[in-house]
Amino acid sequence: MERITIDPITRLEGHGKIDIFLDDKGDVANSYFQIPELRGFERFCVGRPIEEMPLLTNRICGVCPEAHHMAAAKAADAAYQITPPRTAKLLRELLYMAFYCTDHTTHFYALGGPDFIIGPDAPVAERNILGVIHKVGMEIGGKVIQMRKFGHKVVEMIGGRKVHPAVAIPGGVTKILSEGERKEIEEMGRWAIEFAQFSLQTFNDIVLANQTYLDLIVGDIYRDETYYMGLVDKNNKVNFYDGKVRVVNPEGKEFCKYAPNEYMNHLAEHVEPWTYLKFPYLKNVGWKGFTDGKDSGVYMATPLSRLNAADGMATPLAQEHYEKMYETLGGKPVHQRLAIHWARLIELLYAAERWVELATDPEITSSDVHCKPTEIPTEGVGIVEAPRGTLTHHYWTDERGILTQVNLIVGTTNNYAPIQMSTKKAAQHLIKGGKVNEGLLNMVEMAFRAYDPCFGCATHSLPGQMPLEVRLHDQRGELVDVVTQSAIPEPLSNAEIA
Amino acid sequence: MSKPKFAMYWSGSCGGCEIAVINIHEKILDVDANFDIAFWPVAMDAKVKDVEALEDEEILLCLWNGSIRNEENEHMAHLMRKKSKLLVSFGSCATEGCIPGLGNLFPVAELIDTAYTTLTTDNPDNIRPQTVTQVPEGEITIPAMKDRVHTLAQVVDVDYFMPGCPPESHQIAAVIDLVIEVLQGKAELPPKGAVIGAGHSTVCEECPRQRNLKAIKAFRRIQDVAPLDPELCILEQGVPCNGPATRSGCKARCPSVGAQCIGCYGPAEGVVDYGARLITAFASVIDSKDPEEIEQILDGIPDPAGQFYRFNLADSLFQAGAPAFKKNEV
Ligand code: SF4
Ligand code: SF4
Repeated sequence: MERITIDPITRLEGHGKIDIFLDDKGDVANSYFQIPELRGFERFCVGRPIEEMPLLTNRICGVCPEAHHMAAAKAADAAYQITPPRTAKLLRELLYMAFYCTDHTTHFYALGGPDFIIGPDAPVAERNILGVIHKVGMEIGGKVIQMRKFGHKVVEMIGGRKVHPAVAIPGGVTKILSEGERKEIEEMGRWAIEFAQFSLQTFNDIVLANQTYLDLIVGDIYRDETYYMGLVDKNNKVNFYDGKVRVVNPEGKEFCKYAPNEYMNHLAEHVEPWTYLKFPYLKNVGWKGFTDGKDSGVYMATPLSRLNAADGMATPLAQEHYEKMYETLGGKPVHQRLAIHWARLIELLYAAERWVELATDPEITSSDVHCKPTEIPTEGVGIVEAPRGTLTHHYWTDERGILTQVNLIVGTTNNYAPIQMSTKKAAQHLIKGGKVNEGLLNMVEMAFRAYDPCFGCATHSLPGQMPLEVRLHDQRGELVDVVTQSAIPEPLSNAEIA
Repeated sequence: MSKPKFAMYWSGSCGGCEIAVINIHEKILDVDANFDIAFWPVAMDAKVKDVEALEDEEILLCLWNGSIRNEENEHMAHLMRKKSKLLVSFGSCATEGCIPGLGNLFPVAELIDTAYTTLTTDNPDNIRPQTVTQVPEGEITIPAMKDRVHTLAQVVDVDYFMPGCPPESHQIAAVIDLVIEVLQGKAELPPKGAVIGAGHSTVCEECPRQRNLKAIKAFRRIQDVAPLDPELCILEQGVPCNGPATRSGCKARCPSVGAQCIGCYGPAEGVVDYGARLITAFASVIDSKDPEEIEQILDGIPDPAGQFYRFNLADSLFQAGAPAFKKNEV
């Protein structure tokens, strides 16, 4: 059996690695996407006080600590059976929307988007934020920096810190917003709406107007028909902070809808010995391996899945773009993975609109931000939509609120099986008869990037930018060739397996 | 003349340090202008073999974030040490083990067992990840976890330490300015082993809240007392705040939004044992002269291991799940 190892940077990096095995004909027999690390939060959080969970679990992921912060606070509310005052909820959600705007912006302009903005064939060295600024000009680059600044500013104003906020506690928040702060936040939010619209326009001009890119999006390489998951409000509109988890089947029909405390009836996690990360799946469909379709419990939880799983967006401008996307791509659900980028920008617009809604709510500056616990804590589940997927925290405590058990199903983990499938599919399309197509590296990497995989959540690496290296081995395991991203566009036709 | 080389590498961390660096915004262009970015996996396409090909100490400045959690991390630490003239232990994970260092309260087998036996885990064959797995098509490998979390300095020689979880962006910007000034001959490097990008006193010194107004009769949990008085010291309102033992530098970020300091900037200057310093500080706000009563009140802190060694267990005298802490576990 011949083998190709695709390794972000190198085998010694520890940031995920793909081993592709070829059969006798030189076609792809199988591929393994491995995650090499575990930190053990589910064990060492046991013994810690429940009010520390929003602070401790922040450190699971420095890319989306806000998501862990909120899920933890909600699980703690639930454990104490507290409904926080409305203002506390508004403030948590406001912080969260500002974070979403920053995070989605980072992904589109610095991590995943450069594939389109700079072009799928551009050398990886140019596919970064500096390359984007180069291509689109400093004016746009300046806006991107401004958006990230504004988002983090709001996170810091409400949460205390730009990374790893400190404000949410069981029963509410510790911060009361002043009118001055509110006004400033509102202004930044209005700017964010314009920025989001501008970003959608950019996507339209650069990506949708380009037939090659469009073909790439609607083509088959990046298509898997899976179930889709996302949090929805009571009108089945996308919501990031609160609601019920809705799952639609590959035909787009509602498969189930569950409240946070019911998640265990619906989800299970499959274990493989060759990776530290588990593979969540829909329990009531079952684990059928790495395969798509209605009989496989594999589901996806990304911006696109959230849009697929909902009936629409709760804000007017985002709703317009939601309709336009489904019209362009031929109705719901959309199975093409690259459409995740488009969905992400629609979510950016929603988050910005919601930001202003929250900042202009008359109760946002109320001092009623906390509700003291009265019940003995027992058990609680908190769910939010992290940018990279539905995030579930489940805690059990003793009567003092000291944790006795913890279960976490984190954002990117939801997509582990789909990413494994998408990368295999891309490899299958691009490796035929032992020939490695020269687009392989780029295309496989794009399959990754669309998901915005953040193995910081699962382990510790950052989303997006994962330079790849393909190592070609012959039957004796001898290394015959190493192909790296920076070698593109040098011809790779000689990269045939001996 | 070619520019000096810069590198940034992450190991067992959360990615927050990288975000904090990106959050210096336009200043990142200064780094670009003054350095040749030789290796920075998050931003640039360079491979480990490119680093291996460099002369020893060819990288002028390497910021290393993340703890040493597995064998790969350790291998990379040795490589980056060899190739870098100045190796900075950047952020809490590298410097003191951070929150994942709490993993040292348990044997590594327990961390693994828990992860693969949670209630939603479907694991009838009781599988654990294997460093080597025979799959039908061949053999695939993942690195082994080390028996405990190590700090960077426990594994290699470190030149400077930069605390914070993550370091605040204004501090990162200041350090970058300093290094650029050194390059231009306008400033000198601090002595080896120095803590950079932080203050010399405690978080309390930077905290605007008023102190020494009240003594306490009992420790209380923040959810039982919130909302706190916005003007008064949090510790003096009975909520354990780690400000008195923690190094300054963040501008008391957490108390500024009504939350207690949890100690992410590590031990204040001159503090040998963080926990011991904190216990002394807590004892000093207790409204009692009776040692027994003081002890009783201190017993009201629900999780001493976490309270006193939350960020620095891996770097403390009580490494690797010392029995003294085991007994406090549920
Ligand atoms: S103990 Fe905490 S709240 Fe009090 S002065 Fe120090 S940092 Fe501020
Ligand atoms: S107040 Fe304490 S926990 Fe908060 S940022 Fe400062 S040092 Fe870190």
